[in-house]
Amino acid sequence: MNITLQVNGVPRTVDVDPRISLLDLLRERLGLIGAKKGCDHGQCGACTVLIDGRRANACLALAVAVDGSEVTTVEGLAADGELHPLQSAFMEHDAFQCGYCTPGQLCSAAGMLGEPGPSAVTGDILVDPDLTPEEISERMSGNLCRCGAYVNIVSAIGEVAR
Amino acid sequence: MNRTEGRVKVTGLATYAAEYPVENVAYAYAVQAQIAKGRVKRVDGTAALEQPGVLAVLSCEAAPRLSGDADPELALFQSREVAYRGQIVAAVVADTYEIARAAAAAVRVDYDADDHDVRLSADHPGLYQPETVNPDLPSETQKGDVEEGLARAERSVDVTYRTPVLHNNPMEPHAALASWDTEGRLLVYDTSQGVTASRATIAQTLGLPPEQVRVVARHVGGGFGSKGTTRPQAILAALASRMVGRPVKIVLTRQQMFDVTGYRTPTIQRVRLGVDAEGRLTALEHMAYEQSSTLVEFAEQTSTPSRVMYAAPALRTGHRLVRLDVATPSWMRAPGECPGMYALESAMDELAYAAGLDPVELRVRNDPETEPDSGLPFSSRNLVGCLREGAHRFGWEHRDPTPGIRREGEWLIGTGVAASTYPTRRWPSQAVVTTRDGDFLVQLAAADIGTGARTVLARIAAGVLGVAPERVHVELGDSDLPQAPLAGGSMGTASWGTAVVRACEELMRDGKEGRADTTEEIKADAKLARHAFGAQFAQVRVSSVTGEIRVSRLLGVFAAGRIVDATLARSQFLGGMTMGLGMALMEETVTDEEFGGFLHRDLAQYHVPACADAQHVEAVWLDERDDRLNPMGSKGIGEIGIVGTAAAIGNAVHHATGHRIRELPITPAKILALRP
Repeated sequence: MNITLQVNGVPRTVDVDPRISLLDLLRERLGLIGAKKGCDHGQCGACTVLIDGRRANACLALAVAVDGSEVTTVEGLAADGELHPLQSAFMEHDAFQCGYCTPGQLCSAAGMLGEPGPSAVTGDILVDPDLTPEEISERMSGNLCRCGAYVNIVSAIGEVAR
Repeated sequence: MNRTEGRVKVTGLATYAAEYPVENVAYAYAVQAQIAKGRVKRVDGTAALEQPGVLAVLSCEAAPRLSGDADPELALFQSREVAYRGQIVAAVVADTYEIARAAAAAVRVDYDADDHDVRLSADHPGLYQPETVNPDLPSETQKGDVEEGLARAERSVDVTYRTPVLHNNPMEPHAALASWDTEGRLLVYDTSQGVTASRATIAQTLGLPPEQVRVVARHVGGGFGSKGTTRPQAILAALASRMVGRPVKIVLTRQQMFDVTGYRTPTIQRVRLGVDAEGRLTALEHMAYEQSSTLVEFAEQTSTPSRVMYAAPALRTGHRLVRLDVATPSWMRAPGECPGMYALESAMDELAYAAGLDPVELRVRNDPETEPDSGLPFSSRNLVGCLREGAHRFGWEHRDPTPGIRREGEWLIGTGVAASTYPTRRWPSQAVVTTRDGDFLVQLAAADIGTGARTVLARIAAGVLGVAPERVHVELGDSDLPQAPLAGGSMGTASWGTAVVRACEELMRDGKEGRADTTEEIKADAKLARHAFGAQFAQVRVSSVTGEIRVSRLLGVFAAGRIVDATLARSQFLGGMTMGLGMALMEETVTDEEFGGFLHRDLAQYHVPACADAQHVEAVWLDERDDRLNPMGSKGIGEIGIVGTAAAIGNAVHHATGHRIRELPITPAKILALRP
């Protein structure tokens, strides 16, 4: 069946198997390998993309279910060759090693920076909290990094959040 | 200079094994054994083959023959025997991943099942003493009389520790993309920690001359040992591609990774220590009980760090292995040292309490002049310096050793210390350096699995050539390049770096090109005890209400030779320590005793540290340079970070709660079970 998505600002119409996930559509059909498959079960966050501006696990979305959506992958974060501030900060802070979770961390961070409201570690839940290292760590805990780059990931995001 | 491949990694352009654009690719999906032991009676692929888009079903009833001396874990479809639940018994190849997955579920496999045995115990009747342990060390060592030493000890401990099955779980699943050209040459994009070795293994398994095989691994999404040996996906992709005459891609699922990509053996370790009135060890005995499969003997070198750490006039170490109906264990970050030092360093803490000594002081008093087991001089050893520096930074002098007395509301607070160690070796390697457009090109079949090998080798070459590191380009991850050893055993930088230095030196003489092969140089290495050392300090907060354990501070101080790149080194140490935190508090794969295989098979069940778990991790190092090891004066740093972490955290949990939990991981359930 045919679906149409805006992927990184470009309309893409694809004839898809209804069983295909958004992640496999991006990786296997559209040639966008940035979103990574780490677990295919929404447990690791490596496939995180922005769907209509919100961060989401592309492995948990059937492609047909996001027909008509705007999808931004890590390839779409850099505008006209200019790196997104998060991408530069990740490089400066050495916020990755193997790099496999990195696209998901970046998309997740980009989505997270726009999310209002408290988290589980927020003291006063009636005001939007400052993005302290503790808040960032909490809000980024859906993105696993087996290389253990967390300390650097938090400092990289913290620099952009300031 | 940041990581040289940083830009392609943050923009999503770095190509991992399954990500190379290849025309007309087909997809393979593995079918796994549903019994723990027995034989495949019949494989019926009819229903699978009827599905549109299915190209082939491979199994012991339909597969090309492989070399007779193939590693049994790689000899796919060559036998009807099932050695463990989850072993690959069939595979489907289809036009798309969705079709292959659905068709794999339609393959019917009938078995003759036998009774199985998957349970490790210290009194298992099948236990035996392996001849050697990984990599090729004596399984047993003895010096002096342990019983006599314990008999004359002022204080002693006799304690048993257990560690569970642990899984490497790199973020990138094991994947391969294979294709054959018209001349019968095989190209495999594989998730590999070493393409030279991988090429040799793949060629041997398929019965091909090595020059007919090319393995490419430009970027590898972590490995931690699990991609150090060739895994079945590479063989499966090659076989399937030959069968269907198209390039074939296979990406193992996270669940399949638990079964067929290796794991750390569970261990049961008994440690007996005696100490005299002056706080000097009178005896040290360390026995490890562990498992392997019925297919291959893999004997983890668990008690070997006890041959290195402390001066004891009576010293005995040993290993016992039992062959179970399980998958073959393999390398996981710091095999041997990681589980072994958990037991030894926990027992040392218990001994410090038994003797009324400070645990830092106990270790300092027993620091040996020469390597205790071999008597060899150390190339360098700065454990005491690490302990002193860490104690100073951590405020250890103000610590009240009394356990279970610090409380902030519901939280009990404690601190602990443990030592780290890891051997520092190097392997022969080749390298070529040439000039290119006024810059320099370094080529060798090394691997960058996230360590930053490109960056480090550029720095090393630049140092010899006397140019800025930005002017050195490093090409690696391709078996067509000069042969190089694995990214493993913390030997990458030392092995490749030596070859790069020698090649650069030759280029300086020659002006145009330098080639090196370090085989002879390394053969001439003097006999020395070569190890890196470290000390880790942990502070934990344990909830008396929920049993939750938070690591509120983790500090590692390392003496690891000259640090070639401070940024990358810090990241490696932090990463190792973070994985050690996981080992201490959450990582565990439970074996299914009823049906075989593992009960934990994904990241919702096998917990690894998340961002919020590892917020306060610091790593520093002493200024050490060891010119007897290699031209860089460096020691390997990829593994030492995970060694000792779990003991430091466990010792801190004891200090916080007053209880010893001698079985990892230390979970909230185990804390709550301590309540009267």
